Amino acid sequence: MKVLQDILDSARPAVTTGKLKPLYPLYNALETMLFVPDHNASSGAHVRDAIDLKRTMITVIFALIPALIFGLYNSGYQHYRALGMLNDSIGWLQFFTLDNFIFGAIKVVPMIAVTYIAGLGVEIYFAYINKHAVNEGFLVSGLLIPMTMPIDMPLWMIAISTIFAVLIGKEVFGGTGMNILNPALTARAFAFFAYPSFMSGDKVWINTSVEANQNVVDGFSGATALGQYATTGSNNYSAWDAFLGIVPGSIGETSTLLILIGGIYLIATGIGSWKIMLSSLLGAIAISLIFNLVAPSMISPEQQGFLAIPFYFHLVFGSWAFSTVFMATDPVSASHTERGKWIYGFFIGFLGIMIRVFNPAYPEGMMLAIIFMNVMAPLIDHYVVDGNIKKRLKRLKANAQ
Amino acid sequence: MSKTHIIRRGLNLPIVGEPSQKLDLTEFVRSFALSPSDYINLNPKLIVKVGDKVRAGDCIFHDKSNDNIRVTSPISGEISAIERGPKRRLDRIVIRSDEKCEYVDFGKEFSADKESTQNKLLLSGAWTLIQMRPYGCIANPNDTPKAIFVNGMNSSPLAPKTSISLKGREEDFATGLIVLKGLSPRTILSIDVDEESKTLIEAENVEVHKFSGPHPSGNTSVHIAKISPINKGDVVWTLGAQDVAIIGHLFNSGELHLDKCISAAGSGMIEPRYVNVRAGQSLTEFFKKNAKPGNYRFISGSVLTGAKVEREGYLSAYANQITIIPEGENTDFLGWVLPGFAKYSMSRAYFSWLFPKRKYNLTTKVHGEERAFVVTGQYDKVFPFDIFPNQLLKSIWANDLEKMEELGIYEIVPEDFALCEVICTSKQPLQEMVRKGLDVLYAEMN
Repeated sequence: MKVLQDILDSARPAVTTGKLKPLYPLYNALETMLFVPDHNASSGAHVRDAIDLKRTMITVIFALIPALIFGLYNSGYQHYRALGMLNDSIGWLQFFTLDNFIFGAIKVVPMIAVTYIAGLGVEIYFAYINKHAVNEGFLVSGLLIPMTMPIDMPLWMIAISTIFAVLIGKEVFGGTGMNILNPALTARAFAFFAYPSFMSGDKVWINTSVEANQNVVDGFSGATALGQYATTGSNNYSAWDAFLGIVPGSIGETSTLLILIGGIYLIATGIGSWKIMLSSLLGAIAISLIFNLVAPSMISPEQQGFLAIPFYFHLVFGSWAFSTVFMATDPVSASHTERGKWIYGFFIGFLGIMIRVFNPAYPEGMMLAIIFMNVMAPLIDHYVVDGNIKKRLKRLKANAQ
Repeated sequence: MSKTHIIRRGLNLPIVGEPSQKLDLTEFVRSFALSPSDYINLNPKLIVKVGDKVRAGDCIFHDKSNDNIRVTSPISGEISAIERGPKRRLDRIVIRSDEKCEYVDFGKEFSADKESTQNKLLLSGAWTLIQMRPYGCIANPNDTPKAIFVNGMNSSPLAPKTSISLKGREEDFATGLIVLKGLSPRTILSIDVDEESKTLIEAENVEVHKFSGPHPSGNTSVHIAKISPINKGDVVWTLGAQDVAIIGHLFNSGELHLDKCISAAGSGMIEPRYVNVRAGQSLTEFFKKNAKPGNYRFISGSVLTGAKVEREGYLSAYANQITIIPEGENTDFLGWVLPGFAKYSMSRAYFSWLFPKRKYNLTTKVHGEERAFVVTGQYDKVFPFDIFPNQLLKSIWANDLEKMEELGIYEIVPEDFALCEVICTSKQPLQEMVRKGLDVLYAEMN
């Protein structure tokens, strides 16, 4: 520790006054990451809570890590299974193997690295131009972006999507705290519309690259459960598999169980809004039940099948869980008022499942639902706050009489 | 029958150094000082010079815009120094006390006539004890308040209990309430729900309301919001129970005794307890005898709202407590990543939440850097008002006067944001912001 502090101290003159001044934001970010500064309160309250934005962000990262590690195993598992290299009779006992993990890590770790380098690069550049410290917001975004990507996404696409998200999604609005859209979802939406062939369809969710003497098994389909529902009205994964996460999908979204654990951790620490999570759950259940009611009146059997599935299928398949726990709860782009959070969350669940079922072009609707509600959140807040203002005016009038 | 109001949102900081019930008389202090900056919105016109002899109750400076608002000497003696800051701003008037302690006689007579009561309060300087809402500054004698709120409780960390502070001055307190009754149609005394002192529970000439719950249940703004919320154009006057006793004493004896019984607490005190003090007194000797050696912060007031003073500092005019806590030292290696079993946080982001009953030796460390507002819904947990704190702060930030009014800035003063400031993830200077907002409005309205 002392050694690190000495190195930082010796570099300080160069970055504060010397030639390396442009690197100060980077230096400051590194220094404050290694050592929480010893600043003392100079105005206002003399004691302060130990929480800061860094702790808030690392708490979200802690909550993401189980799902991420599971995603590494799952990437490898799906790959080897597609190649017929697993013994189907023992099923998922072959899940937590070193081979699976290494395969996933080789694929995913570079994606994470590229995201952080691209995103933090833009952040540090803007910190330098605008003369402020590097904000911690990207610590979470940088992990969320690769976790929402398919396994075979080329690194340069991830880099471009990330740069777009940080630049257009965040920095043009004034940086962390000022953005309207969730930056991680902005990156995913950009990738989705810019490179659709890499982001949707049946071929992208499982890596099926083969080496010599390897073949993809006969009858293999790489479609996700939702993809299958959209085309056939049924799927060949069980809800239990989907709950555990042993299904194809974006890297970090598959395991509902581990996302649930992450969600409980976020709620317990007070970092994630339980109101948004609960209301999104209620919204998803509400629309599913409505769909169940109207299913028989649908024309095509595929639609009938899709509409008739029980609500808990919707919760475990696709990205409802991941989006609700980690994307919808982003405090900056969500509704800022407590009452607004109920409305905001409800419609995310409601619209997400609705888009998923009704729009064949988008087998998953959570991304679009959240981005739409991000845009609507200020409007919701406006009416909630307006209610408070009106109440005050009413009191004034009653008083005047 | 008094009404009980229950406050649910709030936080009692688990801080060590509670005062014991022991009461000490402080020794005779030679040096006193008045700081114009203690009096919000008062523009001082100095009327003494170095070497002048003054008695306790003689005017030292008055408000430039209203000559009647006078700040008077707490002690008899000689003006020994006038300290000025940048741009000749008046920082401090130091008075060296003599041993005679002569008081100006303001007369014992008391008439129910509002004007003569006000005149006596103004002339003696006791008027400065009465604060007004909105703005939280010295009351304007030309206003007619819709009510006067006497705060008979204090829920701040390590605060003195009002019943202990009032001991021996019950009669003055009762007289003070009679005096206040003549100034406004409604006088309200708010007390702690667990209060046992008959002086407070059975106080006459006043409506008694009880409050329970965590801090800020003892803040006057909370009491006003529950009993008679401030609308645009309303004026409410506020003062503390000890201020009422000082006013009562003025009418009982004809003399201004700015004496208070306050708590001196915090982990930096050798023996946290109650002490008798007089406003403006030098704390040098007191700190020398009672503070532990080391790097400590001396606060005239509570850890939430007090003013930082030097080891050779003076007690500020409105302080009801003295707090001494350690200054934060040393950087914290990877402090934001490690479990943090010993770090206090209201959230459960650090694992110290596993020990919910533990008290902490809190330091002045900020634990992080200032950031933009990111987290929402956090302030609401400690802000028991029907006000949207984030939105109000942003309207202040944007200098949007109309929005500030609409969102209820008249109903609050900076101290109400103190807890929000403590738990703020983004480490924003909230009390400073609120003060700025109120100042802008005050300048616009007056």
